[in-house]
Amino acid sequence: MSTITQIKSSEPVKRLNRDNVRLEMLRDILRRLWRNPSARIGGFLAVASITIAIIVPLLDNYDAVRDNNLSARYQPPDCLVGWLTSQLNDVEKQPLSEMSCQYPFGADKNGRDIMRRVGHGLSVSLSVGFFVVGISLTIGVAIGLAAGFLSGWVESVSMRSMDVILAFPSLLLAIALVTVAGASLTNGMIAIAITQIPTFARLSRSMAISIRNTEYVMAARSVGAGGFSIMISHVLPNSLAPLIVQATLMLGTAVITTAALGFLGLGQQPPWPELGKMLAESQPALASGKWWVMLFPGLTIILIVLGFNLLGDALRDALDPRLRGSD
Amino acid sequence: MSKYIIRRALESIPVIIGVSILVFMLLRLIPGDPAIAILGERATPENIAAIRERLGLNKPLPEQYIIWIGNLLQGDLGNTVRGNIPIANELRSRFPATIELSLVAITLATVIGVPMGIFSAVRRNSPVDTATMFGALLGVSVPIFVLGLLLIYLFGVQLKLLPFIGRIDSGIKLETRTGLFVIDSILTGNWEALQNTLSHLILPAITLFTVPLAIIARITRSSMLEVLNQDYIRTARAKGLGERPVIFSHALRNALLPIVTIIGLQLGTLLSGAVLTETIYSWPGIGKWLFDSIIARDYPIVQSVTLIVSLIYVIINFTVDILYALVDPRIRVA
Repeated sequence: MSTITQIKSSEPVKRLNRDNVRLEMLRDILRRLWRNPSARIGGFLAVASITIAIIVPLLDNYDAVRDNNLSARYQPPDCLVGWLTSQLNDVEKQPLSEMSCQYPFGADKNGRDIMRRVGHGLSVSLSVGFFVVGISLTIGVAIGLAAGFLSGWVESVSMRSMDVILAFPSLLLAIALVTVAGASLTNGMIAIAITQIPTFARLSRSMAISIRNTEYVMAARSVGAGGFSIMISHVLPNSLAPLIVQATLMLGTAVITTAALGFLGLGQQPPWPELGKMLAESQPALASGKWWVMLFPGLTIILIVLGFNLLGDALRDALDPRLRGSD
Repeated sequence: MSKYIIRRALESIPVIIGVSILVFMLLRLIPGDPAIAILGERATPENIAAIRERLGLNKPLPEQYIIWIGNLLQGDLGNTVRGNIPIANELRSRFPATIELSLVAITLATVIGVPMGIFSAVRRNSPVDTATMFGALLGVSVPIFVLGLLLIYLFGVQLKLLPFIGRIDSGIKLETRTGLFVIDSILTGNWEALQNTLSHLILPAITLFTVPLAIIARITRSSMLEVLNQDYIRTARAKGLGERPVIFSHALRNALLPIVTIIGLQLGTLLSGAVLTETIYSWPGIGKWLFDSIIARDYPIVQSVTLIVSLIYVIINFTVDILYALVDPRIRVA
């Protein structure tokens, strides 16, 4: 009788320990991330761009169809340039308040505020990025886990199909799919998601294969757990780290590919703003020296992608057990 | 070894068949009637019927596929919708421009990227290493079209140093033999053309080579770092070998495998990156042609370019695998 009560009383203590271990691991990962300067820069850029992407459409109700002000055609970003030159030359020039700051990033060929359009374009790019990665992650993981765990014909059929998709350079496949399906943002998202599925499928399949022969999975099997429940409760949690790293890096790729499709006229259709489309429209203006039409959308894409790439790299360093203890 | 090559070749057959089916289906995936999509809503019924006949759209799908593959094997990619020109001929005349650009880009990326990676690995955690690795990260984060536009603005518009449209000035005459203008101008001893075509190559090549450069530098660094930790490197150092032979004849030789692989794979990716670069610089290769046919809704061209580039990609992957096995016997057995 006394032994039974002992075991019962020790039960909650064990649970607490396991939670403690998880908390400790999480804290350890966060500490590693914080120590890494590229994680801090990447994290800042990622958080900042996500915040802007959420806030801009909420605060500013933008009607691109009516946005047209030919009197402000190719208005240069005087305000910003004036401020920068006065900073660099260290002379007291025209104070900021006296300059016209209606167009901080200048205006484009239709006299549209570039800053406003960059804000909305960023929002489009990031939403597409998250949507693409979300879809390809879900479908890819489902395919990969099924292939790795069920093996047999499921594995060969699904993995050969993934090979076929991988046989195409991803941008080319996306271009071809959108061309035939019709140029639109939605078709672009679907096409990019299709090209990204194999990466997640292969990754999760290899995780499933390496985990399916471990002792704890065998133990779960021996007590009668089914394939599906093992996948959900054992394989998936243990594949999370590499999947998170891959998803972060793929987000950058998705943002670039979306902009590339937009640049080729296969993404968001005018007059709605999208960073790649804005860049394509800026090319004719470049020859006459109107750099601002190109610079601001270009810099925005670079900063978003750089942010997620820095974060992804740092996450890999923090999560990869092989690198632990080496620093 | 031949056993491995045969096995690997057999493995790529289903992939090639899958690729061909997917590309074949592209034209048939067009929502609604492909003939109307190509000709526009105002096309006459006679024209629509003619296009359907020409593209073979009025036969059952499997039959269409067999006819398509049959023609393909004879080198017949069909004709363009506009102009009714054989696609294969057109492809042949535009391909050298893309090949020339891609070869220059991959050569530059290798020649600069590998030493950068080695240097970074040898001086691990030094400021040079940090700078190189940040540069490499920036290289993969800056989209091709942003970099292209920046370069056009800086070197083309502002400094007026370099041309940024086309392959060669229209006033310069060049007798073409191979279609690779650099080689052609050397073969014919046309130095004016050589100088002109080289100056046209600089901006597009830099635009195209940054991503492979960054990736090659990163892979070289990590591959070198792995090798430099091995026991035989310590042994080589312990027996008094200088740092130079240790790095170049012991470490680099063993680190080469992943580097060779990534260079091969990047060549395939370059061919699709060429779509953006060629569009920006009006470079008359297959990438620009693909872009123009997207705009003109000339779907058979889109289909053919997609097919050819993916087949090249598959062949490069296959070759890289074979090279890999040739150098590393362990691959053959596994």
